[in-house]
Amino acid sequence: MIAWMAFLTMLLSMAPLGNAQAADINPIRFVMPNGMTVLVQEQHSLPIVHIHALVKAGAAHDPPDKAGLANLVAGLLDEGTTTRSSHQIAEQIEFVGGALQAKAGEDFTTASARVLKKDTELGFELLADILLHPAFAEQEIDRVRSLILGEMQSEKDDPGQVASKAFKQLVFSNHPYRWPVTGMEDTLPKIKRADILQFYTREYLPNQTILTIVGDITADQVRTQLAKRFGAWKRGENGSHALPVPPPLEKPIVKLIEKDLTQATILMGHVGISRTNPDYYAVTVMNYILGAGGFSSRLMDSIRDNQGLAYHVGSHFEANLMPGPFIVSLQTRNEAANQAITGVVTELNRIREAPVTDQELSEAKAYLIGSFPLRVDTTSKLAEVLSLVELYSLGLDYFSRYPKLIEQVTKEDVLRVAKQYLNPARYALVVVANQHKAKVKS
Amino acid sequence: MGPLSVAWALDIASTVHEHTLSNGLKVLLVESPKAPVVTVQIWYKVGSRNEVMGRAGLSHMLEHMMFKGTERNPKGTFSRIIRKNGGNDNAFTSQDFTAYFENVAADRTELALALEADRMQGLQLNENEFQLEREVVKEERRLRTEDDPQSSLVEMLFAQAFLMHPYHWPVIGWFSDLNAMTLDDLKAYYDTYYSPNNATLVVVGDIKAEHLIGTIKRLFEPIPKGPTPPVQKVTEPEQRGERRFVLRREAELPFAMAGYRVPNYTSDDSYALTILESILSHGKSSRLYRTLVYEQKIALAVGMEYNLLQTDGELLYCFAVVKPGVKIEDVEHALYREFDRLQDSPPTEQELQRAKNQVEAEYVFSQDSNFRQAMVIGQAETVGAGWRHIDKFLERIRSVTAQDVQRVAHQYLTAENRTVGTLLPTAPAADSNAVSEHINR
Repeated sequence: MIAWMAFLTMLLSMAPLGNAQAADINPIRFVMPNGMTVLVQEQHSLPIVHIHALVKAGAAHDPPDKAGLANLVAGLLDEGTTTRSSHQIAEQIEFVGGALQAKAGEDFTTASARVLKKDTELGFELLADILLHPAFAEQEIDRVRSLILGEMQSEKDDPGQVASKAFKQLVFSNHPYRWPVTGMEDTLPKIKRADILQFYTREYLPNQTILTIVGDITADQVRTQLAKRFGAWKRGENGSHALPVPPPLEKPIVKLIEKDLTQATILMGHVGISRTNPDYYAVTVMNYILGAGGFSSRLMDSIRDNQGLAYHVGSHFEANLMPGPFIVSLQTRNEAANQAITGVVTELNRIREAPVTDQELSEAKAYLIGSFPLRVDTTSKLAEVLSLVELYSLGLDYFSRYPKLIEQVTKEDVLRVAKQYLNPARYALVVVANQHKAKVKS
Repeated sequence: MGPLSVAWALDIASTVHEHTLSNGLKVLLVESPKAPVVTVQIWYKVGSRNEVMGRAGLSHMLEHMMFKGTERNPKGTFSRIIRKNGGNDNAFTSQDFTAYFENVAADRTELALALEADRMQGLQLNENEFQLEREVVKEERRLRTEDDPQSSLVEMLFAQAFLMHPYHWPVIGWFSDLNAMTLDDLKAYYDTYYSPNNATLVVVGDIKAEHLIGTIKRLFEPIPKGPTPPVQKVTEPEQRGERRFVLRREAELPFAMAGYRVPNYTSDDSYALTILESILSHGKSSRLYRTLVYEQKIALAVGMEYNLLQTDGELLYCFAVVKPGVKIEDVEHALYREFDRLQDSPPTEQELQRAKNQVEAEYVFSQDSNFRQAMVIGQAETVGAGWRHIDKFLERIRSVTAQDVQRVAHQYLTAENRTVGTLLPTAPAADSNAVSEHINR
């Protein structure tokens, strides 16, 4: 919240380069008798261990009238177990300088422990305890719920949040991706303890969980810990998780939200692609050139560098299990809203109408392939990526295949996917601004 | 103290290779061969504390202009070259420094170094580019500060706590100063502060220091030594009595901040203050979270910030997001009660040990990344502490006693020494939250 440094751009991850080249990633994978899938990547350069659990249930599996359920369950995991109070859990993990985190997303929930090597045992013990034995005490439910409701209110001060929530409702009008992971002010209060227990019992199963361990630990040590801490976790009936494919928008739709601000926050887009779409790699290259390539992207070049309209502008495909949103986002002074929107539409049309240049294509590929190690450069990032590789069934040879998948994308592919997956005629546009000054043309 | 071996703590001292080139450039190299990647960072000793009244934001504006090209590498090429070589680059400006970095594969280290050497003195400042980039920076200010009630309060807190010292104004600058800035201001600033004798080059990663120093000399030594930059001599007078201010604007929730003037790394008290900050605010077991968020349920979030690596003595400040329906005064007083409690009796041994363990563990976790390691070295060096301070820091943290913590709570967390800011939300204008939808745009 409080930034000391004024960064040149927020587009780039401040995260560092670290400790893994793609070629060095060769995890061991096995499935425990209770059905839990385990991935282990040994890294012995530093005495740290990261344990990352992914449970295949998220906000998209909330009942619509109880949206926010998966997030509330995740938020309660470390707030008390059958043998430890909320305070005891915090005290134990923080005393050793470790960290314990749980978080729900659209498709899945993650819970992780980060510890020094000497505290490996404690890390496994606490993570297993919060996953296997959460207490869901009534007073903790009320307390955490009121915190989330307070945060929701606070988020109304953030035009980016306001715009994003409105955008998702427009784009996913009949699909579970339409509600925020945190739920809504009218659904969260409806959640009862019974709902929480039912969701937990149905979804938190070893056969629905991927456990990834990265760090200074051997596979044998992992097996010992797993037998001790997760061996008693009972397999359960795997509920159906099939989500519908969100339909495309039938018409362009504009939503203007009044807020007395100096800047207009603008989101434009529509339904995008899923992570398992075979065109994912061609779309990644196309979108890099369009708006994900930092200062090399067309949107940045046009909107920021040549027109001085925005500090940040970018485009993003959120490739989930089902097609997530494609979003162009920017902020500009109220009075420049129309000029910026026109600039974005121009670039969307341009990349659909003419092939990208050879130079753009080769530079995009060079970056995507060459910077791959950046995306797995810490133990926590590598653990996260490994669990997603497993979730999306990309195969453990993904790390060596990735350069080829990017390399084989052609100019024709880029043009084809731009035509297929970008639709400047049927998009949702959300503008949070002082509308009197923005005067968005409709 | 147990958990961590001294070997880890002394890692930095044993691995930094220090050189000073004939033109005054300080070079700090760390061999970290765990992966074939490298972070290159160049730190200039110039930040908003070097600016003068009426030109707030000049350091940061110049940081933006540093990407606008040289004769050899014209506009738009800098980041493009790094990216097509699989790297990332960016920069950041603070009160005390401006730093530029490239994260690249180890075999591209020289490329990054050559680009930094080129723009140390070869920047071409162009009027049109400046006019455009000034608009970008103004958008950045709108995004970060103008439209964010809490950030606005932070900005005001510093303006109230520092009357004379340049920590008074924000790094990003005021609109009027941004508008008043000229290309000549930028040129003069660049000529004054961008020289090898005012910079530190830090490289961490899969390098051979002995080999790399030759490359660095070849690239940087031809750059002539620059003038010695003027010394910033403003000393903020002692604070005598509480200062309070109120920010009224549209916002959902009240927000309270209290800042206390405290010393930096040059004072022995900085170590006890670091422990104090941890005991009060790190994690769910910390006192502020435990009391205000968990037990009394009067705040949504609480926090405290203190960084001893500042060029001049700075602020330790705390903040609380007030829970809906709760009076802001109650939250403010609850914060003070926690400070009183620490003044009345020392922290427990358990709390003290937890704070120390957290500091040490964080140090080990930070080594997971070349970038963070280079950040710590660059910052320690640039603010004047020197990179050797990192080892001293860990040793001194270990020797802090519960009585030390109680003593600094007494000395600094007083009403006389504090500046308090409260954000009081006003009702939105009548037509606010109006929403309109149009189909068939």
